[in-house]
Amino acid sequence: MRPILMKGHERPLTFLRCNRDGDLLFSCAKDHTPTVWYADNGDRLGTYRGHNGAVWTCDVSRDSARLITGSADQTAKLWEVSTGKELFSFRFDAPARSVEFAIGDALAVVTTDNFMDHVPTVQVKHIAEDIDDQTEESALVITGIKGRINRAVWGPLNRTIITAGEDATIRIWDSETGQLLRESDKESGHQKTISSLSKSLDWSHFITGSLDKSAKLWDTRTLTLIKTYVTERPVNAVDISPTHDTVVLGGGQDAMNVTMTDRRAGKFEAKFYHKILQEEIGGVKGHFGPINALAFNPDGRSFSSGGEDGYVRLHHFDSDYFSIKM
Amino acid sequence: MAAAAAQQKIRWGELEEDDGGDLDFLLPPRVVVGPDENGLKKVIEYRFDDDGNKVRVTTTTRVRKLARARLSRSAIERRQWPKFGDALKEDAGSRLTMVSTEEILIERPRAPGSKAEEPAASGDPLAMASKGGAVLMVCRTCGKKGDHWTSKCPYKDLAPPTETFTDRPPTSDGPPAPGGPTKGAYVPPTLRGGADRTGDSMRRRNDENSVRVTNLSEDTREPDLLELFRTFGPVSRVYVAVDQKTGSSRGFGFVNFVHREDAEKAISKLNGYGYDNLILRVEWATPRPN
Repeated sequence: MRPILMKGHERPLTFLRCNRDGDLLFSCAKDHTPTVWYADNGDRLGTYRGHNGAVWTCDVSRDSARLITGSADQTAKLWEVSTGKELFSFRFDAPARSVEFAIGDALAVVTTDNFMDHVPTVQVKHIAEDIDDQTEESALVITGIKGRINRAVWGPLNRTIITAGEDATIRIWDSETGQLLRESDKESGHQKTISSLSKSLDWSHFITGSLDKSAKLWDTRTLTLIKTYVTERPVNAVDISPTHDTVVLGGGQDAMNVTMTDRRAGKFEAKFYHKILQEEIGGVKGHFGPINALAFNPDGRSFSSGGEDGYVRLHHFDSDYFSIKM
Repeated sequence: MAAAAAQQKIRWGELEEDDGGDLDFLLPPRVVVGPDENGLKKVIEYRFDDDGNKVRVTTTTRVRKLARARLSRSAIERRQWPKFGDALKEDAGSRLTMVSTEEILIERPRAPGSKAEEPAASGDPLAMASKGGAVLMVCRTCGKKGDHWTSKCPYKDLAPPTETFTDRPPTSDGPPAPGGPTKGAYVPPTLRGGADRTGDSMRRRNDENSVRVTNLSEDTREPDLLELFRTFGPVSRVYVAVDQKTGSSRGFGFVNFVHREDAEKAISKLNGYGYDNLILRVEWATPRPN
């Protein structure tokens, strides 16, 4: 395949997200400006200007009308996708890290970091349909997690919120009361910071990637560990294919290997694993730096990766990907 | 209007002879020959023309399916959106989006039993040094491997043969794999697709006479190795690993001798031999036979 290279960001990429229809790709980077691209040919549509800090994550509503972004400038902003206009800004006391719309786009979960004296929080905000009614008030605030929360997502039917972060533990919280429902097992779970989390298409299972060089697949309702994928590099980004039994892992580089980096550039690869057999299918090389973001297109026929090198690489799969036999 | 009003109250007795519009029941019915495999559809109708003649009208249409539209309707609308933000001042020459010039493949992982397993199997100090990930140190003057540094040796400045054990061989080069997913692994001729298995035992012995040559210069190719090694005896096969992307040699290759003794002689004579400004390392390819 011939990947399409998109160099719209000056700084490392942090997050990639496709809209529900799969025709738009949103990229967030440390350069303050989330960008939207057309997912078929990589043409840039526009950028969202307004943040003053690195943008960590974003999410787009189901109708692709609204975009929410979380940034290190201690705000989460709501944008109009089509024009780039900033609609609303939620202010926090600490950098906002993870954002996600709930099903129905009437709620959003935002996490804040443990910054100075502030504990990390998970906050649920109402999203009003009419932007004039939008307020900053939180429907729910969850505290009680020690380490930085890297990802917080909604569980099935918006009943639960799933968090994962620096303390390597996945927690499931009740989204109405904020009560802790489940915690992942310390022995079988990750041993180091969980850097990324991604849900399957039907939200029945999700994958987490961790700096302990593995990724794990979990059941969303019971938090049972289903599968483990082992790799040689710390994992920064993960995603599950919406159509095939494939997961993809993207990673970085161990500090001690830095001096032995292959002299050929473009060696950082996104590794594909068979979701059920846990075996490696193959790797796609090309990035000049660690991969920080991965996203499958909802049609399962392409995926994009964002790296530390500031590039987004959009790959449309060849037919041999679909006929791979394990 | 008058015509419409008149049509509402038809009295057959009042109809004029050539008022054919209302005599449609005299015409044969409309026939539709549905879309065939080419998508052709025929509709045969009958009507009266202005002179009152029966006229047969055949309409042929081709029903063609458009190429599968990938975009939903809202996606098509989004395609029409004007650019905003930083994309406004984008000119045609900004080249933010480019198609990669390289073909990127999903590189399958190598099957077990391929080259990367060899260092573990050889078990000599050479392999142990490489397992630690350290750069291989071979003293070439005295020939002792991994024992001491060549501080006094005149060839100390030359680059040691990196990436033979530590690195994985590039997956895009190498002889065609036996139809399986192992791209780039060296597959002995006996296991390749279309291999002739009749001379099996002889060939297997041949593969045990395989000699690995490392620290080759970038320009070294098969003919060079052949010329260098043929003086020791008949050579059945030579191979040099070439990086598909750059076209230069990856620094190592294999030579298969017909006779074992020739291979032994080659190893002893050529190991440490200076060739194209580099010191060759020549040894058995597989864990030392006997």
